[in-house]
Amino acid sequence: MDVKDKLAILADAAKYDASCASSGSGKTRAGSTIGSTEGMGICHSYTPDGRCISLLKILLTNFCIYDCQYCVNRISSDTPRARFSVAEVVSLTLEFYRRNYIEGLFLSSGIIQNPDYTMEQLTAVAKVLRTEHHYGGYIHLKTIPNANEDLIEEAGRWADRLSVNIELPTEKDLIQLAPEKKKPEIVDAMQGISEKITESREDRKRGFNSPRFAPAGQSTQMIVGATPTPDKTILKTAAELYDGQKLRRVYYSAYSPIPHADARLPGQSPPLVREHRLYQADWLLRFYGFDASELVTESDQNLSLDVDPKLAWALANRHCFPIDVNSACREELLRIPGIGARSVKRILKIRRFQHIRMLDLKKLKVAWNRAKYFVLTIDHNPAVKQLDMLDLHQKLRQPTQQLMLFDAIESATSGEV
Amino acid sequence: MQFLQVACFDEWRAAARTLLCNEVHPSEVHWTQDDKSPGLFDGFSQVEHAQKEDADQDTRTHTMRFNVPSAFLDLARTVACHRNPSRWQLLYQTLWRVVHGERHVLELDTDDDVHQLQRMKKAVTRDVHKMKAFVRFRKIEAGNLPEIYLAWHRPDHLIMRLAAPFFTRRFKGMSWTIFTPHESAHWDQKQLTYGPGIPASQAPPPDEQEELWKTYYASIFNPARIKLDTMKREMPVRHWRTLPEADLIEDLVRDAPARVKVMIDNHEGFSETGVHYLPEQRDLSSLRKAVGQCQACDLCHDATQAVFGVGPANASVVLVGEQPGDREDVTGTPFVGPAGQLLNAALFQAGIDRTSVYLTNVVKHFKHEQRGKRRLHKKPDSREIYACRPWLEAEISALKPKMVICLGVTAAQALMGRDFRLTQQRGVVHKTQWSTRTLATWHPAAILRMQNVQRKREMESQLIEDLRQGMETTR
Repeated sequence: MDVKDKLAILADAAKYDASCASSGSGKTRAGSTIGSTEGMGICHSYTPDGRCISLLKILLTNFCIYDCQYCVNRISSDTPRARFSVAEVVSLTLEFYRRNYIEGLFLSSGIIQNPDYTMEQLTAVAKVLRTEHHYGGYIHLKTIPNANEDLIEEAGRWADRLSVNIELPTEKDLIQLAPEKKKPEIVDAMQGISEKITESREDRKRGFNSPRFAPAGQSTQMIVGATPTPDKTILKTAAELYDGQKLRRVYYSAYSPIPHADARLPGQSPPLVREHRLYQADWLLRFYGFDASELVTESDQNLSLDVDPKLAWALANRHCFPIDVNSACREELLRIPGIGARSVKRILKIRRFQHIRMLDLKKLKVAWNRAKYFVLTIDHNPAVKQLDMLDLHQKLRQPTQQLMLFDAIESATSGEV
Repeated sequence: MQFLQVACFDEWRAAARTLLCNEVHPSEVHWTQDDKSPGLFDGFSQVEHAQKEDADQDTRTHTMRFNVPSAFLDLARTVACHRNPSRWQLLYQTLWRVVHGERHVLELDTDDDVHQLQRMKKAVTRDVHKMKAFVRFRKIEAGNLPEIYLAWHRPDHLIMRLAAPFFTRRFKGMSWTIFTPHESAHWDQKQLTYGPGIPASQAPPPDEQEELWKTYYASIFNPARIKLDTMKREMPVRHWRTLPEADLIEDLVRDAPARVKVMIDNHEGFSETGVHYLPEQRDLSSLRKAVGQCQACDLCHDATQAVFGVGPANASVVLVGEQPGDREDVTGTPFVGPAGQLLNAALFQAGIDRTSVYLTNVVKHFKHEQRGKRRLHKKPDSREIYACRPWLEAEISALKPKMVICLGVTAAQALMGRDFRLTQQRGVVHKTQWSTRTLATWHPAAILRMQNVQRKREMESQLIEDLRQGMETTR
């Protein structure tokens, strides 16, 4: 099998990992002759599914000894198998990078032999790139739960980001769909990485020249809709991960049709709008000061599908509105539906010099259709009168339409709500 | 009315400074774009010329100093690269306001002038970002000359000089040239220089790596959803002609619906497991009765009967093998064939009464291949093991044994995880969810198959030793 055939199989196998982020790594590593990281990631191309290509996202191998039902690479799947050598991945990465096709490498792998052996192979790729080729571009390595501490330590030294997939939100889900994966082991692995990141940061802050450990932090991915677990539990798990393990990102991946699907799983995928709502809620948790318990208002413990979570919260808490954009504090402004964090920053800046009118808000490109019922401006805003009307929810409901996967991908990268 | 022609930021700044010194109101100036492209005729000297001029201007106007916020200069430097001819006018107009009592005007995103400048800035910044993304280098190797990477890109605005420094940082150890229709930038691993642009017709030839890149592009695409608008918004069609992967888009979109249909229609494995056939009562005799009805996997079709475990309900030791063999399939009892006889001998030597232990298998039906008159054993695959697993789980739950002994790697991996290695972990007692003591040893059939006599004897004694050890720990 030549490199091209292997690439086709191992890129295909990797596409179910949602993350393609290449940002947040800070300065380029000293001594690099090829490659840089400058904070912001770049999307070098887009596929017709609307997703960006920023990294060379491949598996080292899709042979796997595990039988996780949602995964195309489970041992019981008939998918064609291939395996790259370390040298092949190194060469592909460099050749693609030199032509400016990619920002870096996202390398994951099926579990072959045992976790340690697999982790060794992944780490070897990163090490060769850094030490032999003086490569300074982005590297994201998937770490294997249960792999030896020293191997993780070494992986973190060469990679910008490490991630362990939590896969499913609860222990019960894992037992059902991924019998070989254990939640305590996954959380332990995250904890270990998180401790090493903190340790390395603090040493560097104190002025020690200790090696950087995963400067772009760690992330994880959760599959949504393969089990009946509600959004409330999913968000609670996410909030715990953000707080406890200091994760940079939690990715939500709606269980979608895959080739070689397992007959044991639910036949159809969940509405993709759910994934979109989870990303919106995730953003509210991290940047808007919301608490996971506030966000789920529906009686079935799921996020509302017909309005976004911020709007749903506002509709359920109308006594907190209207908010005067000319006098409210930042925390209050952030709670107004249709006004994002960037607009809030601008409002705070502008209002030092002049009063804010409706027209100003429209110029700032806030979602006026949603915001107008909830804000007071210096001029008369007639829509506020309707705040207490019973049919307001009905009015604000978006036309029902099946949301496409890409809307969710967009919200994963922008988080606009 | 004054008429002024400027080509770049430095020229505009020099002119604006002079105008401010002379208190010329924006309404009295008419700015036009000087269309000479920098470097079109004289390459690098153009830049030096501009700088020299700048220096001259400085000496002329050094007597007057304007305190302009650096944020405005940054904004102006970026907006100057926009193609809109009204930018010079707009910049001067805003500069005038900054100097004349409205120092904070840049903070007002809703001010009309600022709003328009911000939009131009955003367009330029985006264009720079897209250039960083969409430049595609092509490697050129000619004879003994060192390799060089060439790219041709068409930006929307005049941004070569805003973007080029980024490429020097990223591709420090490469020699490269980026051409645009308007200007080019060249890096020889030490110094960045600018030169004239070239038309699209002179763009560098394709590179063989592009085939691999296209393979990647096609494989990473998920046909389950098509969202062309998002793609076109982020990767505008006007850039497609310089992106090798864009050739594939039409085919990928056309084939997607058919690929999705195949994905949805096709399933693999068995939708049921033994759970669907478990009886309500979970005692051993109810289980034994029910197992004959199990059709969770396809093995039931070719086997004579399901072979359930045998042994006393109060047995403290459970031995788990892989699956029934030819003899077991016919008789309905586990471990009665050649491997069973070897096991009997080993149990005897270990001082264990066969009737005191419970004997069973991971898979309850005989999986085989017909070769002439003979039925050859075939290893059960993970789907069959998974489907049959509930039966074994139910047996162990009913027995609550003190010790589970796995015979062979199939049983060991089914109970202790798929990364279990028999050669490394044989005879080691583990705590599992099945029993506080679980160990794995050789399957008697593996010993029968061993050709090397010495190795065979060694395995045999290890089996006996492991059985003895297993039995002792339960006492």
